[in-house]
Amino acid sequence: MKDKIISNQREIKSKVKDYFARSLVGIELGDEDDIFELGLVHSLFAMQLILFIEKEFGIELEDDEIDLERIKTLNQITSLILRKLELQC
Amino acid sequence: MLIKISEQAKKLQTDVRLFVEREIIPQVQSIENDGRISEEIVSKLAGNHLLGMMIPEEYGGQNIDPLSLALLHEELGQGHTSVENMLTVVGMVVKAITSAGDEEQKKRWLPGIAAGSVIPAFAMSESNIGSDIKGMETVAVKGDGHFMLKGNKKWITLGQIADLFIVFAKCDNRGAAFLVERDTPGLSVVPMSPTFGLRGNMLAELHFDDCQIPEANLLGRIGSGFNRVAAFALDEGRYTTACGCVGLGKACLNASLKYVNQRKQFDVYLKEHQLVQKMITEMIVNIQTAKLLCYQAGTLREMKDPTSISYTLMAKYHASKMANLAADYAIQIHGAVGCSTEYAVERYYRDAKIMEIIEGSTQLYEMQIAKNPVI
Repeated sequence: MKDKIISNQREIKSKVKDYFARSLVGIELGDEDDIFELGLVHSLFAMQLILFIEKEFGIELEDDEIDLERIKTLNQITSLILRKLELQC
Repeated sequence: MLIKISEQAKKLQTDVRLFVEREIIPQVQSIENDGRISEEIVSKLAGNHLLGMMIPEEYGGQNIDPLSLALLHEELGQGHTSVENMLTVVGMVVKAITSAGDEEQKKRWLPGIAAGSVIPAFAMSESNIGSDIKGMETVAVKGDGHFMLKGNKKWITLGQIADLFIVFAKCDNRGAAFLVERDTPGLSVVPMSPTFGLRGNMLAELHFDDCQIPEANLLGRIGSGFNRVAAFALDEGRYTTACGCVGLGKACLNASLKYVNQRKQFDVYLKEHQLVQKMITEMIVNIQTAKLLCYQAGTLREMKDPTSISYTLMAKYHASKMANLAADYAIQIHGAVGCSTEYAVERYYRDAKIMEIIEGSTQLYEMQIAKNPVI
């Protein structure tokens, strides 16, 4: 079970990382880098990120989950997606 | 790029075109003179189901797809941009309620909006802030089972007749959105004079003086007002405004084509003059590129593709600039008569400038598109 979660976590993080790499050309993002603090993204990118997460992982983010304070690093985004996917199972 | 317009969407476009010719065009002069869209027009918009186009069927609407919505706004934009803009505002409010509202809020407001018995407005702008919503000065203070709103709003389209306002405010320094009924004690509505374009927008100032709002009227939650509620509603507004600009550009082109075929100078029709042909060519090509951007944005919106946000920005940016150039050329082609109210092109010119400012100015988009490139 634990192995499966770790495997899912890696897969999710990889997809999110790929999305950032495609969108933020030429920038390598660390797992704990604050994307807002680094000035890499703005509110419009945040909207695109929400749409990407919902479409790519087939989940619908609730209003209280879309708090930019809580999804500002790769690790935080990955945890949110994993939590939502686990709830769907 | 794959754009497929359904037969159903094409039929809607034809129906709306007939509606515009029959019900809107004859009223254009009264909208301009009175500075308002009459109750009769609002009633006909509702009677023809045009106010509920974005509302899910279970709440009394038609829930049309984004490309159908594009064609609808394109046709309305050809008729009168104030009417088109009225539907843009309705669409923004509907988007906010459908995406962030709870079931009670949806049941309470959406059927009335679809039926035309509830006119909604989107209250974001203030005297000191336009696009910079983080600098908003209106505040909401949490009380026992209610919120207290304090502050002022300005340039609120439909404000003069609206029954329901979505009001944005800061609560504990975080963004929040509230559903505020017109007759709420503490809210006063002050009509503003019409701007030189989009004269039928019925602008108003709103003043909230310890205006008490029930907790149940909070839309979404504290903190989601700007990032979720406003952001996605504004995105919707950009999309339909872009499509309205395509319609406005087409109106400029149609008026110009008609004129160059009937006006002679130096013994030949204007259409034979090469410098006139240059202007007509630019209008045609720019309208087509704007239309393609709108339809591409629409297709991506249907797919819920993340890049739809960027394409919508580019569509509004390009289409509103295109409408301004088309209106400029239309006046130039008409000459002196184009500057008089005898011809519609002077209205197109006035309206085009407003369309380039509302829902985010060209300069704001230039910053955003550059920061968020689509390659």
